[in-house]
Amino acid sequence: MADEVPTAPGIQVSLIQTQPIPLAIDLYCQPGEVLAIAGPSGGGKTTVLRAIAGLHHAENGSVKCQGEIWQDSASGFYLAAHRRAVGLVFQTYALFPHFTALGNIMEALAHLPKTVRKERARELLKRVHLDGLEDRYPKALSGGQQQRVAVARALAREPKVLLLDEPFSAVDQVTRRRLYRELNELRRSLSMPILLVTHDLEEATMLADRLCILHKGVTLQSGPPLEVAAHPVSATVARLMDQQNLFTAQIISHDPLARKTLLRWRGLVLEARYQPDYAPGSRVCWMIQSSNVLLHRRNRESRGDRENPLSGTIIEYMILGDHVSMRVEVDKQLQIAITITVPVHVARRNELAYGEQVTISLLAEGIHLMPFVKLRGTKQD
Amino acid sequence: MDWEALLLSIKLSGLTVLFLLPVGIVTGRWLAYRKFFGKSMVQALLAVPLVLPPTVLGYYLLVSLGGASALGQLLERLFGHGLVFNFEGLVIASIIFNLPFAIQPIQRAFEAIPREIREAAACCGMTPARVLWRIELPLAWTGIVSAITMTFAHTLGEFGVVLMVGGNIPGETKTIAIAIYDRVQAFDNDAAAVMSAFLLVFSMTAIAFTYLITDRNKHTYG
Repeated sequence: MADEVPTAPGIQVSLIQTQPIPLAIDLYCQPGEVLAIAGPSGGGKTTVLRAIAGLHHAENGSVKCQGEIWQDSASGFYLAAHRRAVGLVFQTYALFPHFTALGNIMEALAHLPKTVRKERARELLKRVHLDGLEDRYPKALSGGQQQRVAVARALAREPKVLLLDEPFSAVDQVTRRRLYRELNELRRSLSMPILLVTHDLEEATMLADRLCILHKGVTLQSGPPLEVAAHPVSATVARLMDQQNLFTAQIISHDPLARKTLLRWRGLVLEARYQPDYAPGSRVCWMIQSSNVLLHRRNRESRGDRENPLSGTIIEYMILGDHVSMRVEVDKQLQIAITITVPVHVARRNELAYGEQVTISLLAEGIHLMPFVKLRGTKQD
Repeated sequence: MDWEALLLSIKLSGLTVLFLLPVGIVTGRWLAYRKFFGKSMVQALLAVPLVLPPTVLGYYLLVSLGGASALGQLLERLFGHGLVFNFEGLVIASIIFNLPFAIQPIQRAFEAIPREIREAAACCGMTPARVLWRIELPLAWTGIVSAITMTFAHTLGEFGVVLMVGGNIPGETKTIAIAIYDRVQAFDNDAAAVMSAFLLVFSMTAIAFTYLITDRNKHTYG
């Protein structure tokens, strides 16, 4: 109800709509927290930001931000965009082409007396390391510089929430890295909730405190990015988190004393972390992050080698920066392969190459179980 | 050179621009940003003067503004006299005839402003009126200038509608285009040549000016 003033700090959003794209989401972001909203395109990420900013009117919903009500469909209340204290950085930055960098920021400072606007705009530009470029027009700025102006402009009206809509998608890799560092540094000085829409999981992991996976308009899971990656609630989330090692298996038994759960996976018995929620005999999906797959050293055994050892052939060998991603085929007939990642120097020392035989171990602690669903395309169990 | 006719033409063009500019901005913006049922019909109706022979339009205006029609009678009571064959009637006809010349360039200019730019302005806390004044109008400026020049130049050279609705009354409805025709009819080719050359040079300059400012003020978005 509009007269009931929300007391919770931060921003609380719940939206339900069927048109133009279905949405049923509930999210909360604390002051100073960065919440990344990730998921495939068309899943409603940008629509959520637009609804918060007042640029999209969801059929049903409520938006409460830092003690203010911005939308409350129960009482038919909807605050116009220009009355909501939001800072929104658009994917295209949407700078005003007929104003200089300084002018763009001054346009967002109408709440201050005229005499101090220029000074304040200069400070904001300095804060995003653009001092000296005050008089440049947007078209004379590089992509990275334009993004910084957009961030400074979004902060200018002292927003109660900062919304970032894929702010790094329009710049090159090198610039992106630098902007990540700058945003990380900037956010420490910001006290409002920050919502970051991205389709890049690496970006979300790097910048966000919490990650919210949005798929077909529904929040599938939210939590710290590393936690979501390691313990997805479903095979869908695992897949959206780009999990390569996703299979199905059958529960054999649970051993509460040894804190182990035994799985049958295509004739093999695997030891997994104790997860008694799944009844013996039932089918499950399971996954393991490639960081939990251990490569056996050729000449000597090491700790963990005895956990779920598997032998196979390297059928894919890809150098990604300073790491190597390999697919080890453990069952040729069923075409089952496990993806592992090792540092380049480890791959070199072990003389790993395409076609080589290796032995790997699936660490029991890293085997995570999820409710059973039929997985497409592969014969996993 | 028929100075009286030229002055009358300039007065007619100026008044047409003056009345049409707000209409063009409001209608152009409305058509650019709103979706509604029957929008294509509205646009077609507004564009009709582009393709209709001026005499046809003039005929309908003559009939509808004349004292025999209900509208004509209403206008007659409003103005205190009939609207055909006088200057006021000419201004009304000219406004109707120039609707597409005023609306279309402005509509295109508003359409060219990316939605995000307007949304960003709202997110900066700017009221809709301020967005219009600080963002939309400056960005649509070239379209507005071209609407002004096109309407002005087009009114200056309009012949068919003027002849049908206004006739050829010196000082009242005899514009420069009519005067040229009048001079040719009277075998005064020299006068016709001077006035024609003037209209040619004027129209060329107006259009060149429009292109010049359009090219100079191209905004690149994004």
